[in-house]
Amino acid sequence: MGTTPEQIDLLNVATSFCRDKSPIASVRTLLENELGYDPAVWQQIGDLGWLAIAIPEHYGGVGLGVGEIVPVMEQMGRTLFATPFLSTSMAAQAILKGGYEAQKQHLLPAIAAGQAVSMALGEHNNEWDLHAITASATRSKNGYILSGTKTLVLDLPSAAHVIVSVKRDGQSTLLVLPTADIAATAIRRERLIDETKRAYELKLDGIEVGEDAFFDPDKTADTLAHIHLVANLLGAAELCGGTQAVIDYTVEYLNTRKQFGKVIGSYQALKHPMVNAYIEYEKARSLLYAAANSFGEQGVGEIATRMAKAQADTALSFAADRSIQFHGGFGFTYDCDAQLYRRRAIFTASQYGDAAFHKAKLADLVLS
Amino acid sequence: MSAELDEYARAAEDWFANNTPAPPDFMLPLTFMEVGTDQQFDFLRHWQRAVYEAGFLGAAWPSAYGGGGLSQAHQDIATAAMRRHHGPIMLNAIGLNWTGPLLLDIGTETHKKKYIKGILSAEDIWCQGFSEPDNGSDLGNAQLRAVRDGDTYVLNGSKIWTTHGHYAKYMILLARTNPDAPNKYAGLSFILTPMKVDGIETRKIRKLTGEHGFTQTFFNDARIPADGLMGAEGDGWKVAMQTLEYERNARGGQAGGYVLSDVDPLEVLQMARDTKRGGKPIIEDPAVRAQLVEFAIEIQALNMGAQRAKIPPLVQDRPHGIPLMSKLAYTEYVRRIHEFATQLQGPKAAYYVDEPNAIDNGKWPRGYMNAFSATIGGGTSQIQRNIIGDHVLGLPKSR
Repeated sequence: MGTTPEQIDLLNVATSFCRDKSPIASVRTLLENELGYDPAVWQQIGDLGWLAIAIPEHYGGVGLGVGEIVPVMEQMGRTLFATPFLSTSMAAQAILKGGYEAQKQHLLPAIAAGQAVSMALGEHNNEWDLHAITASATRSKNGYILSGTKTLVLDLPSAAHVIVSVKRDGQSTLLVLPTADIAATAIRRERLIDETKRAYELKLDGIEVGEDAFFDPDKTADTLAHIHLVANLLGAAELCGGTQAVIDYTVEYLNTRKQFGKVIGSYQALKHPMVNAYIEYEKARSLLYAAANSFGEQGVGEIATRMAKAQADTALSFAADRSIQFHGGFGFTYDCDAQLYRRRAIFTASQYGDAAFHKAKLADLVLS
Repeated sequence: MSAELDEYARAAEDWFANNTPAPPDFMLPLTFMEVGTDQQFDFLRHWQRAVYEAGFLGAAWPSAYGGGGLSQAHQDIATAAMRRHHGPIMLNAIGLNWTGPLLLDIGTETHKKKYIKGILSAEDIWCQGFSEPDNGSDLGNAQLRAVRDGDTYVLNGSKIWTTHGHYAKYMILLARTNPDAPNKYAGLSFILTPMKVDGIETRKIRKLTGEHGFTQTFFNDARIPADGLMGAEGDGWKVAMQTLEYERNARGGQAGGYVLSDVDPLEVLQMARDTKRGGKPIIEDPAVRAQLVEFAIEIQALNMGAQRAKIPPLVQDRPHGIPLMSKLAYTEYVRRIHEFATQLQGPKAAYYVDEPNAIDNGKWPRGYMNAFSATIGGGTSQIQRNIIGDHVLGLPKSR
């Protein structure tokens, strides 16, 4: 366990930026917004260089690691900050790990400067295994023709490109698709439990791509493995930040609401589970920063990341569940923010593996 | 790491490699609260003295009083080497972890010169007189009476759950010096008390395991020197709270080593490999696997938390959270993993210590029962949740 000066700087800057730019009133307003975020604020995030954090300097980035993205993602999770930051950060890592040099030179500097890019990995098969792909690329006269449907594609209308996983000649591969080449009718907004998020179904049928759209096929397995861990590390960060926020939110209520003439936080039936939730949060954050700092280490990084995601899911799910209950009648209303966090926990756990999934993976890694 | 620390690390590694004793033919206590026989006591006292004399205990305490005069980094290195070689626990826990740091912080020069060296060498065993038969969690209501008479205090009353009570030369005592104080806390004083004086008697308490390790201590007109007073008369509650912070690891300055054995989930793992059900090792049962992984996550989270607590920017919102939760979280973990390990044993869960057919000589069921000493002692887990709720989350008090 350690930390880098850059990580601490980013933590401090992100804490105040996210607090200022994503107050709960803005979060509530954006729930109804079709795009789901404020493009002016997204522009500011690009200007801050946060999309450049883990991109090497020779592609226009800052040259830090994925671990340095963690404090930013954590603070975004804390403030339920809606932007294409997660999808774009993942896409940058996919390009970096699996793309050809020409693709990196073409795509990464634009991302570093603030351009959104998305990932289309999921399918109707409902698997967390990123190799479970049925969408395909078939050779045609001018290149390849795509078919199949991808699901849960984050922030697609905002993205300049989307990285898609398909089978080509029976082999899993990734390709980059300019969103300008996608017809509006091929995209359908999906209705999500987490209303701060935007995800889309993408019908690939009939879309044509050239040979130069494909990533290096020899790197597909490594790239999918890397993306899986990046998504879970950043997901853990988002969940962890959310846990801190929902605990603060609930504690404030327990300190003001009175029943039977007493502030309800004095009742141990509420106080003790609140403390349990808080302990689970601190454990999640310890595992999160441990994972952030060992992310690049072979083997160790995977175990740490899976532990962090499993614990962060457990922590936010419990804290937000209790938050709804402890707010009583108000907790059952749409106006109570507890529901926002409970929905977030379900959503982020559902993406790239929940606590039970990671525990099963960890069993194979640590109990062998 | 500096060259000097490197050198110290090498010396510690060498020493523990060559001097950590082989397990004796009797079961050693896993925690300082389980010392039930003279045989165990003598073995651990000898071991602590050897570690101290080799320079690996109290390394960061001032050399003027018997410490090593080095840094905390040195002691941490020595403690890590002790752990790597699975050395037995340090015996004189109340001296090393609570009394010693307290004396070094607020004791007089005379106190430090008189007590520190004996704490480190295990020559002088210490015990703690806080809980009373009628006042456990409500420690502030302690009633043992101390009446000032010239240069002495006269003590009357009783203390209970006195770990090492019948071996101890000294006690840290919480006594009521002023029954008429404006509130119950203001009437308390904290006194360093010799145990071998007329009027102090100890009676062994038999634990739920059937073993010994605690006493009840009776005070009948026992006369002790008044110069053992820590702070002023009436400061007892404040001093006791500081002592409890050392006990709960919420405050540093302890001599080093460890007084509770580690419980490694990997040990339970080995048992799960060796134990079969339906012809298959229970390690293959998905429910067992999930539970083992949860323990692995939990202990990793606590270990990483201990490290994160030392990085201020990563604990800036609630800086006391991790220190104040560590006692609760760790002791509950130890209790639950022993309970789990016991439940895994199938028909052999019926056996107990010293039964030849028992798994691991029955250490898991025994450890489970002994684990309650830590979830009850030093402030119950329920009291710990009140403390964290009140002092970390800022919730209103519960009484």
